[in-house]
Amino acid sequence: MSTSGAGALHAPKYTKKDFESDQDVRWCPGCGDYAILSAVQKAMPDLGIAKQDIVFVSGIGCSSRFPYYMNTYGFHTIHGRAPAIATGLRVARPDLKVFVVTGDGDGLSIGGNHMLHVLRRNVNVTILLFNNRIYGLTKGQYSPTSELGKITKSTPVGSADRPVNPLAFALGCGATFVARTVDRNIAHLEEILKRAAAHKGAAFVEVLQNCNVYNDLAWSVMYDKDQRVQYELRLEHGKPLVFGPVDDRRAIVMEGLSPKAVPATDVPESALWIHDETNLNAAKLLADLFAPDYPIPIGVLAAVAAPIYEDILIDQEQLAISERGTADIGKLLLSGDTWKIE
Amino acid sequence: MSSTGALTKPRRDLDHAVVRFAGDSGDGMQLTGEQFTIEAAWAGNDIATLPNFPAEIRAPAGTLFGVSSFQLQFGRHRVYTPGDRLDCLVAMNPAALKVHLPDLKPGGLLIVNENAFDKRNLDKAGYAANPLGDQGLGDRYRLHKVDMTGLTKEALKDLALNAKEKDRCKNFFALGLVSWIYTRPIEPTLEWIHKKFAKSAVVADANTRVLKAGHAYGETAEIFSEHYAIEPAEMAPGLYRAITGNRALAWGLLAAAQHAKLPIVYGAYPITPASDILHELAMHKRFRIRTIQAEDEMAAVTAAIGAAFGGAIGVTASSGPGIALKGEAIGLAVMAELPLVIFDIQRGGPSTGLPTKTEQADLMQALYGRNSEAPIVVLAPATPGDCFYIAYEAVRIAIKYMVPVIVLSDGYLANGSEPWLIPDPASLPPIEVAFRTAPDGFAPYQREPATLARPWVRPGTPGLEHRIGGIEKQDVTGNISYDPDNHDHMVRTRAEKVRRVAQEIPPTSINGPATGDLLVVGWGGTYGAITAAVERAQLDGKAVASIHLRHLNPLPPDLGHILREYRKVLVPEINSGQLVRVLRAEYLVDAVGFNRVRGLPLATEEIHEAVTQLLEVPE
Repeated sequence: MSTSGAGALHAPKYTKKDFESDQDVRWCPGCGDYAILSAVQKAMPDLGIAKQDIVFVSGIGCSSRFPYYMNTYGFHTIHGRAPAIATGLRVARPDLKVFVVTGDGDGLSIGGNHMLHVLRRNVNVTILLFNNRIYGLTKGQYSPTSELGKITKSTPVGSADRPVNPLAFALGCGATFVARTVDRNIAHLEEILKRAAAHKGAAFVEVLQNCNVYNDLAWSVMYDKDQRVQYELRLEHGKPLVFGPVDDRRAIVMEGLSPKAVPATDVPESALWIHDETNLNAAKLLADLFAPDYPIPIGVLAAVAAPIYEDILIDQEQLAISERGTADIGKLLLSGDTWKIE
Repeated sequence: MSSTGALTKPRRDLDHAVVRFAGDSGDGMQLTGEQFTIEAAWAGNDIATLPNFPAEIRAPAGTLFGVSSFQLQFGRHRVYTPGDRLDCLVAMNPAALKVHLPDLKPGGLLIVNENAFDKRNLDKAGYAANPLGDQGLGDRYRLHKVDMTGLTKEALKDLALNAKEKDRCKNFFALGLVSWIYTRPIEPTLEWIHKKFAKSAVVADANTRVLKAGHAYGETAEIFSEHYAIEPAEMAPGLYRAITGNRALAWGLLAAAQHAKLPIVYGAYPITPASDILHELAMHKRFRIRTIQAEDEMAAVTAAIGAAFGGAIGVTASSGPGIALKGEAIGLAVMAELPLVIFDIQRGGPSTGLPTKTEQADLMQALYGRNSEAPIVVLAPATPGDCFYIAYEAVRIAIKYMVPVIVLSDGYLANGSEPWLIPDPASLPPIEVAFRTAPDGFAPYQREPATLARPWVRPGTPGLEHRIGGIEKQDVTGNISYDPDNHDHMVRTRAEKVRRVAQEIPPTSINGPATGDLLVVGWGGTYGAITAAVERAQLDGKAVASIHLRHLNPLPPDLGHILREYRKVLVPEINSGQLVRVLRAEYLVDAVGFNRVRGLPLATEEIHEAVTQLLEVPE
């Protein structure tokens, strides 16, 4: 019995408004989270899932306030633990559609271990990791994705730790769906959200997000129109890896064991790297590409099928019941060695 | 000597006996003890057991720290504890002799495996000379040097097993011999061997032969001049089984799942001595028990909380160090007002401490070990069998009041076993689950007037979509609130909700006179030792009574009144005085602690002595 693929088949026709809660949104004006919230609310009606069957789970941080603003079931929990809460929820209720909203600090620092395990177990949850490369709610300390040498309140002469790459981390954990999108690209954000939500298993989406108060324009390379044209690599399954302005198209090719960006005109069509979402080795190479030496891939890096943790547990339970009948505590108490005292 | 002669060996009736099997970790002492327990149970005795083993899985052979032992007391009357001093010690090697001899009563029966006393083992145990050659040993104890290794080898000489495999059977020689000495039936062990080694006829045959050889040795060898009988105990009639505390906790959960008609999600990270609960539950998938071996303690508890949010029974378990890690999440369950059951199988601490030894030092952690004021219900089982009822009660209260409930078991209860009158599941109180489904007038923090419980809502229920979390919230609406008066109100409400659980507590049962000179107050695994000590003091003619608390938060409503009916109050605990502090603070009584923190259960004798001494202190 497979229980994944949650949600009612006959969801009512919703609009974005149906997913807006009555709570005042309390992010800073100009925060990238507003755009993400709007895109999520807009994408929801297209999922075809009854809203009572949807649960948003979060940890702690700016991003984790997200559930309060969604008119679905929601649970704002404690720092880093959202993936574990979501795992328990899915094991109890495989009929629900569960989203986890987290950030770079919540998901990759204090909750890094839980992120590892929810991905390797392939629990059927959609994880949205808002990466702004800073701790916002605690007022501006560097995060595990901040660049080396980051000057913040806690690192006045620069941070000494090297950043983690969320996509490479997720792929290393055995994630079965890994994607990246950008807060300021609403159409792309919506498209990726829908893809991720439809995936069976743990779907990991890194959303490049702006913190205009503590780390403004951390992703300026993706916001500045000219740079974006220069660096954005749109990943599309079955399409070649080419990017750049019309007059200077470039292609990614392999040189030995390393990827390299070369003028597209130098590469015969038959030698172009065609993006294949089912190729995890290719995805691991793509995860490491970043400006200025490489383009920045956005889109779905990997989408593969794998057994789902809670489905296996429920299958084992169903098998035990079908083989030996439903349990009875009275019988269990009498099993094994017993003796009578008159 | 002929077998006819053996039959004439006299049998002496005893009231009770305390026997300890001790040997190397690899000698199978736990198995030997467990089988002897079953034999005694078959013979109708009351029993209490104490397994004691090193934390190391395969400690180096022959060393003092590698010694593993299993002690049991069995008797014709109520047996409350595994016993303080030994009537019989079986030592399989010099290290076992050295570690355990101090506990043997003068004149006690000492059976040693003589072959193991070679130069190598004597060196490892730190004996300069062979203690078996010491004349004094035979004078102080009834010493029997038995060539167990040789006799085992002899019994198996024509079997196709290698020397090592043959040697591994020698614990059954010891079991057979001790079974003869105490006239215990070996049939249950023969049956067990048959079942256990069904796949290997030769191993089954070998163990059977050695068991019988040990038994026959007692009967025929001239060294044993008599043996003992212990009549069946006068116990309540009914069907009995042996049960350990950990298994009883697991089965209590299964009973609760069945009665509540809900699945259980059990999140746990492996830790001694709690892991056996996970192993037990994992075998019972038909009860809709879903076990998650989590990545860490925080994931284990939060998975359980996630399950509770989803409308299942969420349970997590650990020992003290793991409970410390779970603290923040337990606070979330307090704030979110979700049902959650936590088992703490206490062990010696702090830090890693004594992983395989028992202690009662997590009471304060259970009561207060979270940030800010996060009151939860605290229960503690008194005996291994009581663990069944406590686990069930924990689930019932958690659901009825929408609160976290922690159960304080300990290493002694977890691994110890007792004959247990099998309950009729129909006699358990119902567990009523009423999920809110009506959308009209719904608010997430509305409260039941009697319990102050908020509604439990299953996601998936149309019209009840709502958001909760760890941020302080306005009462009734559940909306985020930083209002000072609301926070004060919510702090008091969360405390009052736990306080109201007092209405679930039955009148306290008093063992002894309703007023008197001294009341002994205990909790948890010390029940047996306290009860036996108090009964002994009563036989001395003292006006002493005891009560045993199964509810530690809230405390029983009649406790304050009871405490004032005695001139003195003594509180024995395996910690440096935790319940005694609570009682002094809560009731302003001049309660006195009796505290030993040795990683071992309290002894009846030492509690009896403390009772006697306190009575002698002038007021």
